[in-house]
Amino acid sequence: MVWITTVEDVTVIATESLSKRFTRVTALDRLSVDIGPGVTGLVGANGAGKSTLIKILLGLSPATEGRAEVLGLDVAAKGAAIRERVGYMPEHDCLPPDVSATEFVVHMARMSGLPPTAARERTADTLRHVGLYEERYRPIGGYSTGMKQRVKLAQALVHDPQLVFLDEPTNGLDPVGRDEMLGLIRRIHTDFGISVLVTSHLLGELERTCDHVVVIDGGKLLRSSSTTDFTQTTTTLAIEVTDSDDHPDGTRAVRDAFHARGVDTHDEGGGLPGAGHILLLTAPGEETYDLVRDVVADLGLGLVRMEQRRHHISEVFTHSDEQRKEAVGHGG
Amino acid sequence: MAVEQPMHTAVTPSGDQTRIHDIGYRGYDGPRLGRAYARRSLYSQSLRGAYGLGRSAKSKVLPMLLFAVMCVPAAIMVAVAVATKAHELPVSYTRYAIVMQAVISLYVASQAPQSVSRDLRFKTVPLYFSRPIETADYVQAKFAALASALFVLTGAPLLVMYAGALLSKMGFAHQTKEFAQGLVSVALLSLLFAGLGLVIAAVTPRRGFGIAAVIAVMTISYGAVTTLQAIANVQNSTGAIPWIGLFSPVTLIDGVQSAFLGATTRAPGGIDPSTGQGMVYVLAVLGLIAGCYGLLIRRYKKVGL
Repeated sequence: MVWITTVEDVTVIATESLSKRFTRVTALDRLSVDIGPGVTGLVGANGAGKSTLIKILLGLSPATEGRAEVLGLDVAAKGAAIRERVGYMPEHDCLPPDVSATEFVVHMARMSGLPPTAARERTADTLRHVGLYEERYRPIGGYSTGMKQRVKLAQALVHDPQLVFLDEPTNGLDPVGRDEMLGLIRRIHTDFGISVLVTSHLLGELERTCDHVVVIDGGKLLRSSSTTDFTQTTTTLAIEVTDSDDHPDGTRAVRDAFHARGVDTHDEGGGLPGAGHILLLTAPGEETYDLVRDVVADLGLGLVRMEQRRHHISEVFTHSDEQRKEAVGHGG
Repeated sequence: MAVEQPMHTAVTPSGDQTRIHDIGYRGYDGPRLGRAYARRSLYSQSLRGAYGLGRSAKSKVLPMLLFAVMCVPAAIMVAVAVATKAHELPVSYTRYAIVMQAVISLYVASQAPQSVSRDLRFKTVPLYFSRPIETADYVQAKFAALASALFVLTGAPLLVMYAGALLSKMGFAHQTKEFAQGLVSVALLSLLFAGLGLVIAAVTPRRGFGIAAVIAVMTISYGAVTTLQAIANVQNSTGAIPWIGLFSPVTLIDGVQSAFLGATTRAPGGIDPSTGQGMVYVLAVLGLIAGCYGLLIRRYKKVGL
């Protein structure tokens, strides 16, 4: 059998009215979604059904209803074949503290069926790719949270899977560690050619990383679309102008001029230094750029900055999807 | 004038040489050996681990010490037998493990929890079951590994005795038959002790509790059973003695081997079980082994992911 995961329109994961009911809770409710190659974010609040979906996709938990395919293999019938080609990084701690990263990952590689020599080579390669160097010979107990997350990632990648499931990989990381992990996740697809399904309860951190975002809530599909759909429906322009003798507060003068022409602006939030000097306005089309040029020139001010700002996914939800606001209100 | 620079400057000896960032990702096209191979790997890793091999120096101490404690009395017996030109070993093959039961129980108590509690405690179990390996593979590998480790522990002193017996020319056929009977007996004992030890240890992720619980079950049941048998013997209800023996792992093995493997029972009163009672013993041992396996499977079905 041949898998062609590089072709754009091939489906890596497909579910069809997939449901999972426990005695009192419905974890998944008729979920139908197709996920292609690339990095896909699976977003939902805690208890939205993310982990349940991963368990079903790994063929470890039978669905109550519906069906699902991973890499073209049915999860109910071909669980073992799927697990040979898929990697899994759990959300919780899963590392014994008394062995070194190398020993641990070699063992996990053999559990994936790699012969001893290949297991050692792949372990050395993979640990280097996730950014663990000399420390890989020391017991895991002494590692920082960031290093432990890298070991967890390495064990999911060591057998060169075609797809990895990463369950909350940024949990417990500081902002720098979070950025590094997200960069690494991006590389898993761009450099390693492995498709990724990454879960998070933070919508915001997935927009830079993912090609596609699936939002589930209460086991139901809320939205599934590409990240560009989320963020490119409208363009926001950020402009910054100089002050002059005539207009000691150039920003205010420009804002007033726009308002006089009936164009809405809003200030950049966040309270960062210099944020008050940047005006944001929505640009429905090309003519807005001309308008900015004319307004600034008429006032005799210098245009320091005019740049496109992409919407944050969370903004898209809060602004244009009022009815969905509550469901994804957890987005960061 | 433009000077041609080499495209890649050589890595200077100073600086951070450990950081090699530009190595491209290489895929893996080699063989994937699947479930059976993974199960074998887990078996050998667990078996080595039961003697502390591939683990820290500290974790080698206890299993190696217990192994020595098991073998030294056998070696001394052999030395004495050879020196005195005895015609029979002072302790029979089948009796040796029963005499040393406290050491064997201690070994099970220390190694069964290390074999399974670590994976439970550090939640490593889901990493296994997200791979081709399945619950049954994991349980079989762990069960077989501990049983093999116990077989090594209980079989090695028998081998020492057998070698000594042959050296002092004690009669090849007779010794070989008794040695074989002894091996069958310790094989059953290994399976039974491994099963009981693992079931108890797999209940708790806490290693200390596991150790205490295994010791408690092994020694308290043996103590209680032999006490009851002694009381029955004093009160002349000797018929009850073999039935009481069904309730502790050590006396179970004692019953099986005194019924079928040419051993004499260690039970108070010294009455060997009848063939019918022996069958009950055999069924009890096999049933316990199978029951332990079933319980382990059930346990790991629950904890998997």
